[in-house]
Amino acid sequence: MIPSAFEYYAPGSVAEAIALLKTHGDEAKILSGGHSLIPLMKLRFASPAVIIDINGIPGLDYVKEEGGFLKIGALAREASLESSPVVQQKFPLIADVVKVIADPQVRNRATVAGNLAHGDPANDHPAVMLALGAEVELTGPGGSRTLPVSEFFVDLLETALTPEEVLTEIRVPVPPAGSGGAYYKIERKVGDFATIAVGSQVTLDSGGRVTAAGIGLTNAATTPIKATDAEAYLVGKSLDDATLEEAGRLAMAMSDPSSDSRAPAAYKKAMVKELTIRTLKRAAERARGGQA
Amino acid sequence: MATQTSQSLGGLGQSVKRKEDVRFIQGKGNYIEDIYLPGMIYGAFVRSPFAHALIKGIDSSAALEVEGVLAVVTAKELAEHNLAWMPTFAGDTQAVLAGDRVLFQGQEVAFVVATSQYTAADGVERVEVDYEELAPVVDPHKSLEMPVIRTDKEDQKDNLIFKWDAGDREATDRIFNEAEVVVSQHTEYQRVHPAPLETCGCVANHDPVTGHTVIYMTSQAPHAHRTVFALVAGHVGLEEHKTRVVAPDIGGGFGNKVPIYPGYVLATVASVLIGKPVKWIETRTENLQSTGFARDYHTTTELAASKDGRIRAMRVRTLADHGAFNAQANPSKWPAGLYSICTGSYDMEAAHVEVNAVYTNKAPGGVAYRCSFRVTEAAYVIERAVDLLARELDMDPVELRRKNFIPKEKFPYRSPTGWVYDSGDYHAAMDKALKIAGYDELRKEQAEKRARGELMGIGISSFTEIAGAGPRKQFDILGLSMNDGAEIRVHPTGTVTARLGVKSQGQGHETTFAQIIAEELGIPSEKIIVEEGDTDTAPYGLGTYGSRSTPVAGGATVLAARRIREKARRIAAHLLEVSVEDVEWKDYQFQVKGVPDKAKTMAEVAFAAYTNVPDGEEMGLETTFYYDPPNFTFPFGTYICVVDIDPGTGEFKIRRFIAVDDAGTIINPMVAEGQVHGGLAEGLAIATMQEIRFDEQGNLLNSSFADYLLPTAVETPDWELGKTVTPSPHHPIGAKGIGESANVGSPQAIVNAVVDALSHLGVTHIDMPITPWKIWQVIQEKGV
Repeated sequence: MIPSAFEYYAPGSVAEAIALLKTHGDEAKILSGGHSLIPLMKLRFASPAVIIDINGIPGLDYVKEEGGFLKIGALAREASLESSPVVQQKFPLIADVVKVIADPQVRNRATVAGNLAHGDPANDHPAVMLALGAEVELTGPGGSRTLPVSEFFVDLLETALTPEEVLTEIRVPVPPAGSGGAYYKIERKVGDFATIAVGSQVTLDSGGRVTAAGIGLTNAATTPIKATDAEAYLVGKSLDDATLEEAGRLAMAMSDPSSDSRAPAAYKKAMVKELTIRTLKRAAERARGGQA
Repeated sequence: MATQTSQSLGGLGQSVKRKEDVRFIQGKGNYIEDIYLPGMIYGAFVRSPFAHALIKGIDSSAALEVEGVLAVVTAKELAEHNLAWMPTFAGDTQAVLAGDRVLFQGQEVAFVVATSQYTAADGVERVEVDYEELAPVVDPHKSLEMPVIRTDKEDQKDNLIFKWDAGDREATDRIFNEAEVVVSQHTEYQRVHPAPLETCGCVANHDPVTGHTVIYMTSQAPHAHRTVFALVAGHVGLEEHKTRVVAPDIGGGFGNKVPIYPGYVLATVASVLIGKPVKWIETRTENLQSTGFARDYHTTTELAASKDGRIRAMRVRTLADHGAFNAQANPSKWPAGLYSICTGSYDMEAAHVEVNAVYTNKAPGGVAYRCSFRVTEAAYVIERAVDLLARELDMDPVELRRKNFIPKEKFPYRSPTGWVYDSGDYHAAMDKALKIAGYDELRKEQAEKRARGELMGIGISSFTEIAGAGPRKQFDILGLSMNDGAEIRVHPTGTVTARLGVKSQGQGHETTFAQIIAEELGIPSEKIIVEEGDTDTAPYGLGTYGSRSTPVAGGATVLAARRIREKARRIAAHLLEVSVEDVEWKDYQFQVKGVPDKAKTMAEVAFAAYTNVPDGEEMGLETTFYYDPPNFTFPFGTYICVVDIDPGTGEFKIRRFIAVDDAGTIINPMVAEGQVHGGLAEGLAIATMQEIRFDEQGNLLNSSFADYLLPTAVETPDWELGKTVTPSPHHPIGAKGIGESANVGSPQAIVNAVVDALSHLGVTHIDMPITPWKIWQVIQEKGV
């Protein structure tokens, strides 16, 4: 439980951090909340030669609504989402998820950006951000670029971040009126990684028809899954039982979970359908103004 | 002076706040990791990545080049001192370090000694071991067909460790042959791990000048451990009079800190060789992968009964997986521990139980995880089988239990496997539990829910526990009688120091043993200090496990106190200027019979014991008593679990859990309830979360708390406790031992509840740990 030796840097600005990344390349790892990186280092599954600790960089810990987006800075902790009025009022899906990530101590330290940047399909924010159609700002030596989060996850523990880039901001479009979302996580005990989880976001018109739908699947494949077939199917439909059933089936068809110590693949797959239905129902209730 | 009462003294039956908590809640406990000695160095293990392999060579040169690495010890060096192997408590031998082969993943291969924990870890990474992999034996059911694992043992021709049986085979078979009803169920009581929050560790400090060695270690049995050290390593200087084992505060044991582990031996060897204090502390992974696991009992249980629900006989066939070395901690003459208590709370004509234990390429163990030597496994099989029989007979499980309980007038009761239960009133505990639960209403609710397609279950467990090993005629560990000592010193100013051979790991001994003495001597418990864990000061004893502290050391404490009271009475008579016969112990003081205002307190007598001793009397007021319990004590109880299941996901919630315990006289109700709460949480964990799992190559699949789960306040329901009091007739204060009842009694209540919720679908059993996916799978299979 003792990491290998490493060099430690604590840059004072993003530019300085990127300069360090440029110097050390893939030898280096960014340390923010550390709740994914440090366990790997303690077990010596990861032995980065250089640690670049960005916790001292000022001005990166914001959660704010600006220009039609919820903007989450690189150092915003999970706990700051829990206490954010914008999140509570306009993002029930995020409000749901943040309560089921690890425990309060972890949430005081772990960052939302780190939860995405680790590229772990078992983390909860990737599916949520996929459902919400978020985008990420990646900053490197040549400046910043913006990617839809659906293009961010490349493979297991692999993202579109190059070794010289830092994930500097997450931007989540503020949903229009008549929107709601919900997250349902099956876990072995509180604070565990998901056995399987689904996050759904819907916008309904005044007649109760779906005008937009987003569905993200946690731990359902080697990358976080955006259940696009189900999303497309739902647009223009009312959420009756048959529609929900078919949406669940379509989401399930896009999942490819593996058996592990949490559960066999067959269970996880079946639960993708079940949880898609349940979260869509709850999302729709919330879209209609219910608090269920 | 106002009359003393039990309450004013903090005596028996009082919920005195725990003395030890003053330091614990301030973070001021003193655990092994808190011990720092000048010049201390550190040891860490190189462990096998393979479950079964030959060791072709070990190259330590790169490790020795790491700055700060002082030595790399291998089996070769140990063999030079005849220390490569050590005895286990079960009478087997265990490699201290692997020599020519490794027998389980995580086995200790080399010990790196360095100036810091960091350099030790770097050194471990650089030791190169050349392995040649062998096919591992992972499945205990196939072990007997596989090549011999223990090639080090000359007369070992297969992988059988022992074959043991109890009860009357013929009588049992005869009843089964003629029985009207027979039920049978195979159950796998999975391998679990006690996982105490503090892992194992030690600081060994050998003084090369005096030849004395002090070993601070996580030991539930400091004296027994020192004796074993002396027997094994006396020839290299660890003679008993020069060796001091100190167990400081211990962060939970649950049986895990009963065995002797290679780490204790290597740290001591390293300290002797290098002449400096050596600290060794396990990581969580090391604790889970190499130290004493529990259970791993695979059993077919059968009950024979009459059509009207009278249980007649029980037949139990168990395959026990002991891992690569038989390192289980059981009384030596009892290879399957007290497993033959498996007839439980029921009066039947005959029983026969057979256990075959096998070697596999897994970590050694078989310790009691908050369990008195396999009674947990025993309670599980009988309580599951009784539920199965109820189902078969279409009887309410409560009714079937009531019908077969040993009636209270039959105590002391001789069980078909030979135990003599001291006392019990099973109907009373059952009635109380049913009343708290509102059982009839719950059944009504269940029927209504079932009609609506909702899943709700009620599970019962009416267990009998066996605690207090043990009477020395039959119970020893490596020949050491399982008796325990208590020393009491009453100081001149009327305060007390008491020392015991047992060792608290969180049980609250500093509080409860002081209460026993307060009650016996009339000295307030706050004036009494209880010390344990230092072999230089404590009287001999076999330690704390198997709920034996109160039944055994508690008996020693009471009788030591009464011996002091006898002498004190003589001194009191001298002070009161009457004859001894005219002095009585009343209201916690010595009174002249019939003259209550002519009295002396124990404090006054204590002062006289050092200042005004009558002629012919020795000075002082102290004694030591070793207690040989005449029998075990048999705590019992009824637990009721109510569970709701989500049919769509298989998720379940334990809505209510009622635990009515009877452990005889209760010393401190608050501490007893705390013990029950802890045991229930562990039982819940075993029933729903915990399993030490291996893949086909023998790789451990859950080597951290990310995958080996401990329950939190979120998973644990609001326990509803109740008690009945049926004192033990043979224990000096009628106490029975409450530490482990809840772990013994609870897992099957939960399993029974889940199975009950699904019984109308034809479900008869689900193996632990019961998880949402298992429930979902069963629901799918039944086509609902």
